[in-house]
Amino acid sequence: MNEPLIDPLVWLILLPLAWATLAFVLGPGRGGWLAIAGLVAQCWLAFNLAQQVSAGVAVVHAVGGWGAPLGIDLAVDGLSAAMLLLTQTVALPLAIYARSYFKASDPAGAGFWPLTGFLIAGMNALFVSADLFNLYVTLELVGLAAVGLVAAGGGAQQVAAALRYLFATLVGSGAYLLGVALIYGVYGTVSIATLLPLVTNEVPRLVWIASALIVSGLILKTALFPFHFWLPPAHGGAPAPVSALLSALVVKASFYLILRLWLGPLQSVLPAFGWLLALLGAAAIFWGSWQAIRAVKLKRLIAYSTVAQLGYLFLIFPLLAAPAALQAAVMQAFAHGLAKAGMFAAAGVLIKATGQDTVAGLAGAVERLPVTMFAFALSGITLMGLPPSSGFLAKWQIIQAALAQGHWIIVVVVLAGGLLAAVYVFRVLRLGFLSTPENVTFTPVSRVLEWSAFALAAASVLLGLRGVELIQLLGART
Amino acid sequence: MKRMMVVAFVVTLALAFVFFLSAAMLELAPAAIDLRVPVSAHLTESGVSHPVTAVLLNYRGYDTLLEIAVLLLALVAILAVVGEAPVAPSRAAHPVLQTLGRLVTPLMVVVAVYLLWAGAFRPGGAFQAGAVLAAAAVLLHLVGLLAGWSSPRLRLRIGLAAGFALFLAVAAALLKQGSLLQYPPDAAGTLILLIECGLTVSLALILAGLFLFLAREEGA
Amino acid sequence: MTTGFVFAITGGALFALGAAGIVLIGDLMRRILAFNLMGSGAFLVLVGLAQRYDVADPVPHAMVLTGIVVAVAATALALALVRKLHALTGEIELPDDADE
Repeated sequence: MNEPLIDPLVWLILLPLAWATLAFVLGPGRGGWLAIAGLVAQCWLAFNLAQQVSAGVAVVHAVGGWGAPLGIDLAVDGLSAAMLLLTQTVALPLAIYARSYFKASDPAGAGFWPLTGFLIAGMNALFVSADLFNLYVTLELVGLAAVGLVAAGGGAQQVAAALRYLFATLVGSGAYLLGVALIYGVYGTVSIATLLPLVTNEVPRLVWIASALIVSGLILKTALFPFHFWLPPAHGGAPAPVSALLSALVVKASFYLILRLWLGPLQSVLPAFGWLLALLGAAAIFWGSWQAIRAVKLKRLIAYSTVAQLGYLFLIFPLLAAPAALQAAVMQAFAHGLAKAGMFAAAGVLIKATGQDTVAGLAGAVERLPVTMFAFALSGITLMGLPPSSGFLAKWQIIQAALAQGHWIIVVVVLAGGLLAAVYVFRVLRLGFLSTPENVTFTPVSRVLEWSAFALAAASVLLGLRGVELIQLLGART
Repeated sequence: MKRMMVVAFVVTLALAFVFFLSAAMLELAPAAIDLRVPVSAHLTESGVSHPVTAVLLNYRGYDTLLEIAVLLLALVAILAVVGEAPVAPSRAAHPVLQTLGRLVTPLMVVVAVYLLWAGAFRPGGAFQAGAVLAAAAVLLHLVGLLAGWSSPRLRLRIGLAAGFALFLAVAAALLKQGSLLQYPPDAAGTLILLIECGLTVSLALILAGLFLFLAREEGA
Repeated sequence: MTTGFVFAITGGALFALGAAGIVLIGDLMRRILAFNLMGSGAFLVLVGLAQRYDVADPVPHAMVLTGIVVAVAATALALALVRKLHALTGEIELPDDADE
């Protein structure tokens, strides 16, 4: 056990809060190097924590020394450790990318570093919290930071998209809060560990209403069909580093929470909603892919791809009796997180270089930006689910879990989704690699931008080769 | 037509929700866990004597830490959205209102200080005090005695962040005691008062800023 | 039926009213008001259910204090965004999202 003074769990929350505050004090646009240094330390802490969890150490931190249910508990198991790893390892390359992306006087970059710091702090706090009300505060921290990032320095379209996102996220957390209020009313505690033995198979009707509210709120925040309306304008309209952070990380936070509640205190109630969630997930895959195929703007295409890929996460809910389903969900979260971050980063480079944001505008881009187009292709491989990428591993695990329980309809949906993804990915690749460039002036772009996009995309593919270790980490659940 | 159907659907859903919720609430039994017992049992070592303040700043102080972060974050986001638009010129109100503003503001400061100090043993505390101070600033702005704020300079930024930074520093320093925000029972009261003082100043500035940073020219 | 339950049921009704308002109303300022109504409803449920005992439970009261601050922060951000949208476009309703 670590000395409390260097407990990685606590510092993963305190460190980003500290550098976010410092970045704010330093002034608009400053603090990039501070963020990168902080994120390097956080990556190290996350790996350290994952090692502890893999070794079977029960990582629990009773804040204030009181212990649940009086105080707030922080707890890390395999799932939390994996999500913490995902957050830090995606955020670091994106921070390096963003530092080169925002020019010094760019109004969009004015609040980027403090807002990102609060966002990461909120996410880390969310993944380790074991208290339902504390989770509400972390959800708001993440949500408001995300809205701020979308709106910063933007024009009318961006501000409208941010407002739409804000209302959606506020309704979502409001519903979650009411659910938590009802659960407190029934049981007298909001501590997950204390609730675990109390919520048995016979629950009062109020708990059903509370669970429905909580799940509705969280799927609104995860943009599950039909609540996805806010995502394409927000992720499609924001600056590229912001879109990457949002699509790769923020939407995974509320999904993680559904998973946590499903496996934890609400395990006797939530499984009733399993097939409904899977149905909505399938609808998301088809609708999102269809809209991506039709999209005119490049970032809109990628945003709709996020809507579709999030659908895979919800297909696993009826299958959670098998451990492979949980592994599939986390692998998909990793695969999509890395690939989507790389894809948005690549799109940012393409848009910066060509000055156009339409899909048609990147015709022949491979001649001037080969690294970027290759990064886009690698991300596409993961999204389509081709071996040896982590996307393939994730889809393979979903198929295995579905076949083991006889739900072949899910297998059909997964395969169909992969085909549809291929359509919209190849749409972009065909234009980028094969077409001849129009009369487009290419402005030179910093190499840092291209290579950080490439690093993220390559990681999403290479993770497929090391997937076993991630699965072992998940096995360490206390 | 479609609009009417949507309205009808939402209204029916809302009414059904209220009906089922009320019915379910009325069949509620007393809860399994009663937190009033441990709250009052540990009240003496918590450093304050009012149970709600004890929960807010000691037992669940971590929630309070994150909530201040949310408030600071909202301010940062607002500053990023508003950008460098020019501040609207302040309009002087009727002299009677201005005099009233001048008379009331010192009283509000006194009330704020009292609320901060009284929070330890009756309803009150840093949030309430900070809100009253911010209200005083807004009042002065509305009567034309205080101009709107443009982008904060370094001194104001430090003031805005200081309360949260202090709270964060104390929380981290207390890690030596064994866990985050673990107050040693003999020093708990003093530490909590110290944190509340820092929070009051920052909260007043943040809450006032939420209003005063938005006083920009229309069409900018 | 003690007063606590009256508050709680009223809170539920306010929550439903606010949520319906956000979804149905177009005017942005009224939607922000609806959001506040929704939040107040949730807080009233928390406090109402806490007061159904003879001596009130202090923990939900502290939670509501935290919730109020978070709601203030969210409202402030929403107001800033609405003002900015109005300054840029003169509109007080969200434009229909042009699907591209």
